[in-house]
Amino acid sequence: MNFSEVFKQSNQLCKVSPDGKYLATCVQYRLVVRDVSTLQIMHLYTCLDQISHMEWSSDSLFILCAMYKRGLVQVWSLEQPDWHCKIDEGSIGLVSSRWSPDGRHILNTTEFHLRITVWSLCTKAVSYIKYPKACQKGIDFSRDGSYMALAERRDCKDFVSIFVCDDWHLLRHFETETQDLAGLEWSPNGCVLAVWDSCLEYKVLLYSLDGRLLSTYSAYEWSLGVKSVSWSPSSQFLAIGSYDEKVRIINHITWKKIAQFEHPATVESTKAVSQVTNFVSLINSLLLPHLDEICSLPVQIPVVKPDPDRANPKIGVSVLAFSSDNHYLATKNDNMASAVWVWNMQKMSLEAVLEQTSAVRCFQWDPRHPRLALCTGNTKLYLWSPGGCVAVQVPTEGGFQVHSLNWHCSDNSLILLGKEQLCLCYMETDEEDK
Amino acid sequence: NPPPNRHTSDKNCEISSISHVTMSPSRQNNFVSSYLFPLAKSSYSVISAFCTEDNVLQCISYINQELASLGLCSTYIEATSPEGTGLNAVPALNAIYELLQIHRRTMSTVEALEKEQLKKSSTMELMQTSNTRLKDQLELSIREKSGLHEMERQLQLKIKTLQSCLKTEKDEVQKLQSIIASRASQYSHDAKRKEREAAKLKERLSQLLVDRKDKKLAIDVLNCLGRSDGKRGHWKTAKATASHEGEMYKSLLSDYEASQKSLMLENAELKKVLQQMKKEMIHILSPCSSSGRGATADDSQEQHHDSDGEEKMGDTSRETLDQSCEHAREQLTNSIRQQWRKLRNHVEKLDSQVSQVQNQLESNKEMIPLETHEDEMERMRCEVQQCKEFIHAQQQLLQQQLNTSFDDETAALLNDCYTLEEKERLKEEWKLFEEQKRNFERERKNFTEAAIRLGREKKAFEEDRASWLKNQFLNMTPFTDRRRCSSSDGHSALSVSNEPEIRMSSVKAQLAKSSTYTTFSTPRSSQSGAVPSTPELYRTLRLIPESRGRCSDLSIFSMGEDENSLS
Repeated sequence: MNFSEVFKQSNQLCKVSPDGKYLATCVQYRLVVRDVSTLQIMHLYTCLDQISHMEWSSDSLFILCAMYKRGLVQVWSLEQPDWHCKIDEGSIGLVSSRWSPDGRHILNTTEFHLRITVWSLCTKAVSYIKYPKACQKGIDFSRDGSYMALAERRDCKDFVSIFVCDDWHLLRHFETETQDLAGLEWSPNGCVLAVWDSCLEYKVLLYSLDGRLLSTYSAYEWSLGVKSVSWSPSSQFLAIGSYDEKVRIINHITWKKIAQFEHPATVESTKAVSQVTNFVSLINSLLLPHLDEICSLPVQIPVVKPDPDRANPKIGVSVLAFSSDNHYLATKNDNMASAVWVWNMQKMSLEAVLEQTSAVRCFQWDPRHPRLALCTGNTKLYLWSPGGCVAVQVPTEGGFQVHSLNWHCSDNSLILLGKEQLCLCYMETDEEDK
Repeated sequence: NPPPNRHTSDKNCEISSISHVTMSPSRQNNFVSSYLFPLAKSSYSVISAFCTEDNVLQCISYINQELASLGLCSTYIEATSPEGTGLNAVPALNAIYELLQIHRRTMSTVEALEKEQLKKSSTMELMQTSNTRLKDQLELSIREKSGLHEMERQLQLKIKTLQSCLKTEKDEVQKLQSIIASRASQYSHDAKRKEREAAKLKERLSQLLVDRKDKKLAIDVLNCLGRSDGKRGHWKTAKATASHEGEMYKSLLSDYEASQKSLMLENAELKKVLQQMKKEMIHILSPCSSSGRGATADDSQEQHHDSDGEEKMGDTSRETLDQSCEHAREQLTNSIRQQWRKLRNHVEKLDSQVSQVQNQLESNKEMIPLETHEDEMERMRCEVQQCKEFIHAQQQLLQQQLNTSFDDETAALLNDCYTLEEKERLKEEWKLFEEQKRNFERERKNFTEAAIRLGREKKAFEEDRASWLKNQFLNMTPFTDRRRCSSSDGHSALSVSNEPEIRMSSVKAQLAKSSTYTTFSTPRSSQSGAVPSTPELYRTLRLIPESRGRCSDLSIFSMGEDENSLS
């Protein structure tokens, strides 16, 4: 495991290009593009204001830089550094900005969610989409980039509009049976759209691509409902994490619950803890393997009871992540913030509980192997795989506190983001055999 | 012996007095009166009334009758004379004796009865007390029972109240739920109202912004980009929309086809598995039924089922053909269910049979091993007995040993016997040691004396030598005093040998004188003036080899030095 030197970044804006060749970072109002392997600066662009949001286009040729305060979006080209593009939203304001899947359109959401402006870089044409819904996840593109689902709200009713991304043609527009639509997500195969209600009501609706309601799922009523939703990569399962600290798995054939994962404060299963106690230290002189506490059964996980009077309490399953090979699901329960639970999707049982010394800030699966990287805000990087887990100290002077991390899409490396720094971690190739 | 009753004792006295009375023949005439005299005063008048001098014979006959009635026929009183004034003493005494015996017997029975009566009265008392006690207990338990009844009643009441509380709580919960529902609807209504307001505001705002036109939204691009897929842009036409629709349906259909294919495959697999299972189940069940185990009724049943199974076997071919047919599927599942039931029953039967057989086996096991078990036990018992005896014998011996050691004298004797040899040896060694010690002392004394002598001799020799040298020197010079060397006149250096001898002899004489000095035992440096110290003696010994000859009879003790070192 090798660590690169530390670079500056601001706003946690640091992204690898979709083709994996370049790394773009924002430092205040500058955009720095480096080569991933050598980390040499290839391009340097200067924007008009502090960059709030940065995004690569899908073909890795352009980078979008949005400055929400100024209401500006600037687009830079890698092939032609002289090329420039500036979109000014004017006094209508800018709340969010994103690329379309084809990399030639930019969708800007105005302040107060008044409308979504679709700018075309090919034709300079503008289209407007009215009544977008301001919710947790109101817009989603299908994986192949052909369709866009948008949540709308008119006359106190929720609607979903499905657009063809090719020419922004409205394919379907239907009303949903939700009280207050909170989010929508395409299944990876692009045929099913999952729509869920706000936390005041537990309701998950499944719509087919052509707008038909396939099924409704509601586990209980009255108590706080859905907190997070995630599709498995094969589209076989839909995992629903709710405020009652449970995850329910729905299957794609009958759209009924086939499994329920609970997060009790006391873990009794031996199999779960056996993974936690199984340590494999990597053979590398740079590593400083640090053994976390080995727990003996039954394991007691520290629970932080949330304030009952406040809204959006810190309780329930807020993060769900499927591994790329579909075998594992990693969950985090908000009132046990220092533990990450890994579930085996083949056996539908608990595989491991990774208990850390402080609250887990971020975890992400390796896009190619069943390997989970997580960080808790201290100077260590934690890796878990079915073979074992390891904690690695990031070897930088002055202490590098890992706030978030991102896997490189293909290169077997991790990007670690601190508060104002970033660092790359290259895994060794022999780990692939483990 | 019966406790002496005052009455009988009196009677005894009376008898003795009577005997006294009858013994004396002189008082024969006054026999009756004297007989009457010592009697108790109370019965005096009765006796006197009964017998007088006149009616002696009648009295005698009466008494004889009474005796007969009492059953003492052999002891009749006889009169001495027909007039009836005298009385034959022997039968009378016998009769009296008999009567006394009777009386005694009756007294004893009376005593016994009295005792009996006492006993009975005491038991009666006991019973009475226990009766009262039990009555009290009964009362107490009755009271307790009533108390418990009371408690039970109270608890029942409590239960009732709790149940009613529970009911009220449940009702409350339902009420609250309905309240929540109503509030939720209220909330949603309010929220909708607010949303409508906000929408209106948004409309107004967008209108204003659009109208404002002060800051236009614009895009400033250096040059337009080509499309990512390289194609030209299309116009929005109806054909395009239709094509979009078509594409969407195509993708949906392809997805459904894919899932259907996978489901079909799965179905086929499962059906295969089921059929396999069915075949195997039939196979398992068919040979068992032919072996004829179990009741005949079961047999017939199985036969019937078997025939059914065979029928089903024929059907399978049909099933494979109509795989998608619902009817076929039902058939398959039904047949599977049947076979499974059969198999389950069979397994249950087998289980019961096995348990039966096991029981039999267990009981059989108990029979045969029991005999060997008994033999083993006998053998072990004998062994145990032998061991016990052995231990006992050992214990006895040990006890004997221990016991003897407690007797001090014998113990001492025994110890003496054992250690006698050792003591003898020790004594001998002590003797030796003492001898050696003495020898050592002697030799030490001699040694020191000799050393002193030698010292003195050496001194004398030195003096002589010095004087001789002086003489020589003086002789050499013309001024020597011949007078001084008169003793050694004419002596030259050649005759030195003689002179030392003379000197030695003189020294010897001197030393001989000095041998009278016996007062030194340990040479001390403080007495160096009179007696030379031991190191000095050693030194002198070393310096004068000739003196070695003198002390040749000395057994030189190596006081830290070798003999060789002296030479």
